[in-house]
Amino acid sequence: MSVVKVNRRDFVRLTSVATAGLALGVKLDAQPTSNNEQHPLGAFVDVGADGFVTVYVSKSDMGQGVRTSLPMIVAEELDADWKKVRVRQADLDKKYGRQGTGGSGSIRSMWTPLRQAGATARAMLAGAAAAKWGVDAKEISVANGVVSHGAHKATFAELAPAAAKLEVPKDVALKDPAKFTIIGKKANRLDNPDLLRGKSQYGIDVRLPGMLYAVVLHAPVFGSKIASIDDSKAKQVKGVKHVVRLDPIGTDMPWAGVGVVADSTWAAMKGRDALVVTWDEGAAKDENTESFRKEMHDLVTREGKRVRNDGDVDAALGATAKTLEATYEVPFLAHATMEPMNATASVTKDGLEMWLPTQFPDWAGGSAGKAVGFKPEQVKVHVTLLGGGFGRRAFPDSAIQAALMSKAAGAPVHVQWTREDDMTHDYYRPASVHRIAAGLDADGKLHAWHHRMASAGINSYVGNGEPHESETGGIDDLGYSIPNLRLEYAAAKSSVPRGWWRSVENSGNAFVVESFIDELARAAGKDPIEFHLAMLPAGKVVEPGNARMKDYAFKADRMRRAIETVRDKSGWGKPAPAGRARGFAAWWSFVTYVAQVAEVSVGKDGTPRVHRIVTAIDCGIPVNPDGVAQQIEGSIVYGLSAAMKEAITIKGGAVEQSNFHDFELLRIDEMPVVEVHVIPSTDPPSGTGEPGLPPTAPAVANAIFAATGKRLRTLPFKLS
Amino acid sequence: MKLTINGKAHDVAASADTPLLWVLRDELGMTGTKFGCGRGLCGSCTVLADGEPIRSCSTELGDVKSKTIVTIEGLSPSLSHPLQKAWIAENVPQCGYCQAGQIMSAAGLLMKKKKPSDADIDEAMNGNLCRCGTYQRIRRAIHRASGVILSEAKDPAAASGSFAVSAPQDDTEVAR
Repeated sequence: MSVVKVNRRDFVRLTSVATAGLALGVKLDAQPTSNNEQHPLGAFVDVGADGFVTVYVSKSDMGQGVRTSLPMIVAEELDADWKKVRVRQADLDKKYGRQGTGGSGSIRSMWTPLRQAGATARAMLAGAAAAKWGVDAKEISVANGVVSHGAHKATFAELAPAAAKLEVPKDVALKDPAKFTIIGKKANRLDNPDLLRGKSQYGIDVRLPGMLYAVVLHAPVFGSKIASIDDSKAKQVKGVKHVVRLDPIGTDMPWAGVGVVADSTWAAMKGRDALVVTWDEGAAKDENTESFRKEMHDLVTREGKRVRNDGDVDAALGATAKTLEATYEVPFLAHATMEPMNATASVTKDGLEMWLPTQFPDWAGGSAGKAVGFKPEQVKVHVTLLGGGFGRRAFPDSAIQAALMSKAAGAPVHVQWTREDDMTHDYYRPASVHRIAAGLDADGKLHAWHHRMASAGINSYVGNGEPHESETGGIDDLGYSIPNLRLEYAAAKSSVPRGWWRSVENSGNAFVVESFIDELARAAGKDPIEFHLAMLPAGKVVEPGNARMKDYAFKADRMRRAIETVRDKSGWGKPAPAGRARGFAAWWSFVTYVAQVAEVSVGKDGTPRVHRIVTAIDCGIPVNPDGVAQQIEGSIVYGLSAAMKEAITIKGGAVEQSNFHDFELLRIDEMPVVEVHVIPSTDPPSGTGEPGLPPTAPAVANAIFAATGKRLRTLPFKLS
Repeated sequence: MKLTINGKAHDVAASADTPLLWVLRDELGMTGTKFGCGRGLCGSCTVLADGEPIRSCSTELGDVKSKTIVTIEGLSPSLSHPLQKAWIAENVPQCGYCQAGQIMSAAGLLMKKKKPSDADIDEAMNGNLCRCGTYQRIRRAIHRASGVILSEAKDPAAASGSFAVSAPQDDTEVAR
């Protein structure tokens, strides 16, 4: 008798997704068939009767490739056949540990747990083989999905049923990294085959039986309340089923809005067009970019809250041979993920089930559950693919909207934001103003740095309001040897919602610091790279304030090596091609070291053209080196697009930009040639999602200065 | 209204002024074509209509009812198209959301120009935005696919799949 053994997890997948799949006429890949029992060997690994190893990925994939790199870690320690590894997205479940994805931390935080998961499963298979053959488990070999001992051989599939019955061992030995055969080699993304046939499921693609589609009319002015709703015409639009009032819920769902629920996205959009809603606009309606900028510029003329104070900056600046002063500024920025915000929720009397392109399934589950009256135990969250995240999809706002509308409609609801909704209702990268006075000693060494910064920060919007690394990071822990350094922070007030944007505070702070250091180097008559190296004495280590990060102390030697590598690979010091000039910047963030050289020309009309960006990156052991290169290419484009083109401006308490005609992004014909050099390392892996971004704007700004003598102190660049 | 998509005829109930994108995604359940901006500014919604790349978010159903539509689902379900193979070889996608539109624009280009120059690629592809920065790999993949198409044209016996986009040959599942 053959028993179709489908475990509960698969059952939920089959019933919730498979019926939709059958309705679409799409055969879902690799569903457990009647011959494919799955045998769990720990929370992260199933071995199937078909010989495939399933690895559950408990971090969200927003393009950084965790659905390939994390299985590589498991497969390595498991000694699986990489060609027979499939990936499945983990639902929200405590057994996986923390599932929040961000801070370039997925590989760093999962490195040891997933190595252990793979090694543990390997030990269970070896144990099953040892019992079967009557041999010592220590003598068993495992390679490429095959377990052997002398003449005995067995596949994972053959051993899995017995292995799954064994007690999960607690202490397993991990591989010597010198013996890695999967980690450290280029791996093609596991998701490519499905994607290239249009089968990959993003949040926007979720389809459920009886599902309705919703579009929300959001209050344009931040902090508004609903004054009146006339939905009489909206309800007459063909396909419209419900109109739902949505009041704000703190910063988790800060938007007042009116949702139109219909039997198709297009009908919901037409229904929304027919709504007549008036708003109660609050104090925000008086906020404009000009008024806000004025406040920030004013704040940096006065002393702020001291965040860092090394040496005696006042005395040092009074005594230095040469001082320089400058004011720098960066604007609010939108995330503009290619997939606009969306969420799918199904509320029944038993609980809430959601399908979300979310970076934080736990936050979304908890806050959306609370909004519709359920405890976390009554909430299920399935994580789809994310069409970009960059920090925006950390926030649970669209999940809460979907849950509220599903409850009102008595049916599953998919809420879909338009690009206009998305652009005008973001948690923006904070704008900031920086005023720096720095001093050079008689030898031209950087001797004093007095930095005043003002912004309406992330921590004052979603946190406890205190100055925080999410505003001052990169400066408050700047690793260069500058004997006297003071950083002051002043909080400006704004109604604009703020949140984490790719590389967070580093995105603005690196532009400011690395540009001003370039100014100082030139004032000292020094080569900018030599000027940096002079502040990175060999052997210097800066211990982290947090004991948990002890393996990730800032090491000057690692930064020196990155800088020297990029200097050599870029041709720095040799003449650039005709008409081009070079600029340099380096930055340490998310415990990864990045150095970049940009090669730029500037046309007669003043338009800069970035031809080439060379990057050296030390991210510890690179799990998938081609994945690292992809991440650097991506961060450079994200940072360059912002530096060249992007700004969010506020008028009357609302965002002025709405789509890609007025928030322009870098296009293929503006893409520089990007060369990535991954520095070989035996250090534990650190992040690659964000660290490539911070040095890009300053490297390009410094190149533009080298080309034109014009110093750019604000973003986006304006040369003419 | 009858609509021919990927070689199959579909009876479509939507009104003639419905954007093709929503007909594909919501009525026909073909979610491979994506929504990015709704105004033809990002290219995520690109499909081929009689071999021409169009932005389906800004094209009304009534304007394409007599045309042959090809979407990402119809390019090659067996992953035989030179662009799909090149995309895999160059590891192009990151989040992947824009990639269907990118590939369909590239397919349109290669049907017109077997050996596109970098300037041809700029012109054909600069309506397709990528927020993840895969542009460099897209360019390399198009050149790679072009090379395959050219060598297959010289030696048709070596051809592993037609690049002229038409009805899918089979629905073979690629094991994973």
